[in-house]
Amino acid sequence: MHLRDEEGFNFLSDIAAVDYLGWGERHVAGYFGTAAGRDLGSQSAQGFARTPQPKPARFAVNYQLTSVPVGRVVRVQVWLEDGQSVASVVEVWPTADWHEREAFDMMGIVFDGHPNLSRILMEDDWEGHPLRKDYPLGGEPVRFSGDE
Amino acid sequence: MAVTEPRRIYTGSRIPAPIPTVLQVPADVTDPEDILQVNFGPNHPSTHGVLRLVVDLSGERVVGLRAVIGYLHTGFEKNMEQKTWWKAITYPERIDYVSFQNNELAFVLAIEKLLGVEIPPKASWMRMLLCELNRIHSHLVWLATGALELGAISMFWYCFRERERILDLFELCCGTRMHTRYFQAGGLAEDIPRGFFPECRAFTERMPGAVDEYEMILDRNAIWLERTKGLGLLSAADALALGQSGPVLRASGVDWDLRKNQPYLAYDEVDFRVPVYYNGDVYDRYRVHMVEMRESTRIVAQALDRLEGMFGEPWIVDDRRFVLPPRHELHTSMESLIHHFKIVTEGYRVPEGEVYIPIESPRGEFGCYVVSSGGPKPWRVKFRAPSFVALEATATCMSDALVADLIAIVGSLDTVMGEVDR
Repeated sequence: MHLRDEEGFNFLSDIAAVDYLGWGERHVAGYFGTAAGRDLGSQSAQGFARTPQPKPARFAVNYQLTSVPVGRVVRVQVWLEDGQSVASVVEVWPTADWHEREAFDMMGIVFDGHPNLSRILMEDDWEGHPLRKDYPLGGEPVRFSGDE
Repeated sequence: MAVTEPRRIYTGSRIPAPIPTVLQVPADVTDPEDILQVNFGPNHPSTHGVLRLVVDLSGERVVGLRAVIGYLHTGFEKNMEQKTWWKAITYPERIDYVSFQNNELAFVLAIEKLLGVEIPPKASWMRMLLCELNRIHSHLVWLATGALELGAISMFWYCFRERERILDLFELCCGTRMHTRYFQAGGLAEDIPRGFFPECRAFTERMPGAVDEYEMILDRNAIWLERTKGLGLLSAADALALGQSGPVLRASGVDWDLRKNQPYLAYDEVDFRVPVYYNGDVYDRYRVHMVEMRESTRIVAQALDRLEGMFGEPWIVDDRRFVLPPRHELHTSMESLIHHFKIVTEGYRVPEGEVYIPIESPRGEFGCYVVSSGGPKPWRVKFRAPSFVALEATATCMSDALVADLIAIVGSLDTVMGEVDR
């Protein structure tokens, strides 16, 4: 990844982590309309129009890079299983500091060599990583300070 | 125009090491008694939301600084995964409540790219017009609050006078003053009302004079100049390394504007100038904002010229896979009514794929990374928030600053905490 430095991609726009747990399983139906409106002839099918392409691993980390004077853009994807880690790019692009902390906080992705890999948006003692697909959506107990 | 004397920003890099966003108390400060640790915020009027800065002071000098964010985290990205594409459009607007239309645009453009649709020219031009009005609106709020924090209370009233007019225009056209949800996948929600054109024209004629007034108040104001010039320095190399974008980057001497460099909508067909200043201080960021307001007004006027000649043209594509049937059909056609109901309740599908759409929001590069699994809901939405990135530069800008300048410097980075925490 450090090679990108020589290729002129001097601007890191974003690091986006994606959790593909449950990718391609049956979902609640969406609606199939046609360009002319509702078509009674076609069955309103459940699930997908076609099964999505399987993904190589559970997590993807996407780096959006730009070379600022030239305007070329590139997206680098790194695939990880749960428990694997990826090298930090803070030394190459200092702006990655908070992006990596956010990916760690929200998805639990560990970046090796990050100088300060701690939670950024959630509280320091928060449990779990909220943007993972297996994170519960509701019914979490509310913590009151008097309970402790 | 004020004369900007050339100023050498600084040599080398001032990004703190090893953590680029934390300014650590230098080791040569041996006596911990000398250091006073102060919590700036989280509830401070000039933090534009809830930002907490832990500041280490030695006398009046800032020697250590750490930003603590997350107080406004409401899980927008997680929420959007649970909503249909149709309903999720309302979310990006609320992330940054000052530049709502630009944020909405990024998400709608992402959906359209996944769907592979071309929008009608009228929709393109109208979107551009509204986004530029929104940019002026956002800059006005920045200028008003930024000057207010430095004691120029009258600036606040002057700026909000024009801001009200912009919000009135939004209301006239979209029905609401803020969070308009006027952009749909495929075009616009409604046709442009005819009364919009003369009102908007009057605004474009008025706005340059208003900017003159702001400059008259501030440009020769000794207090304003003292408190903005030479402060919060950020060199071009550091700004790029820290991923800065928008006015902050352009005030540091980097000529980079996505509207010019990667044009979207119809930005390649309008004539406008991208202001670049070279001192990288608070004053230059102010100058960039002022010139951008003038240029945005010019874009609005050019868009108006075009739109006035487009009367009667469609404002949304005629593809009912994702566009609602026209209102009048609902009264006569049962199938159209069912179709309408199905799209609103179950949502349309967006083909599988992933896309990253960056646009130039008033604060800089606002990116929207969207993954679709082919279902009725987004699989993952991630926003690249320019405010989030701008706050990363606080530690670099604040090295060697005085505590009194903290507010001016943090304010000049133009952050909106809703967007930082999402």
